[in-house]
Amino acid sequence: MTIEKQMDGNKLTMILSGRLDTTTAPELEKELKASLDGVTDLTWNFEKLEYISSAGLRILLSAQKVMNKQGSMNLIHVSDTLMEIFEITGFTEILTIES
Amino acid sequence: MLEKKEKQFDAIIENLVCVNELIESCLTKIDCPIKVKMQIDIAVEEIFVNIVKYAYPTETGTVTVQIELSDEPLTVTIVFTDQGIPYNPLTREDPDVSLSAKDRQIGGLGIFITKKAVDEIFYEYKDRKNILTLKKVIE
Repeated sequence: MTIEKQMDGNKLTMILSGRLDTTTAPELEKELKASLDGVTDLTWNFEKLEYISSAGLRILLSAQKVMNKQGSMNLIHVSDTLMEIFEITGFTEILTIES
Repeated sequence: MLEKKEKQFDAIIENLVCVNELIESCLTKIDCPIKVKMQIDIAVEEIFVNIVKYAYPTETGTVTVQIELSDEPLTVTIVFTDQGIPYNPLTREDPDVSLSAKDRQIGGLGIFITKKAVDEIFYEYKDRKNILTLKKVIE
């Protein structure tokens, strides 16, 4: 998985490519922890994300909990396949998602 | 029965890639839709990772993964066998998916997603082995 970060003032966009699974999640967690200070607007661009498992969902949930206190978070360009995972886990109710 | 493969792995996280390769090598024989492939991958990851994390607390053990393709209807059956501590993951309570972000717990998602991703899942403990079977019909 590759992680690209775009910072614009207090707005951070995370662009993920590839697979977010148990083996790649720790790296994302580390990147996120180092980047969230002072961010009030976090966007996840999932256009090139092919796969997400519970390890990835946990990171998104943690990030949402943080952003609920310091600003807002949304997901963009989510594929139909990933959308289904978000629906069955109830994450469509917790996260702000655009397909 | 169209195809059957079996391999034993050390229960370490680095082997997730190898388990995925075993599954992939079988699924390429059929026209498996991307969505179905992803659901199978997720279920396999969740089960394998749980065995890696919890089955052998004091040592590195092994897990055998068997994959079988059968037809009428086209079905993939994946069996995980380990000799770790007896544990039935199906007894785990489902997370409450209606809770808000504040109240949602971080854990419990793995087996929940697995149950939703496959058509059948069953567990037995036999001959001092945990045996977990997943079945998915490929449309």
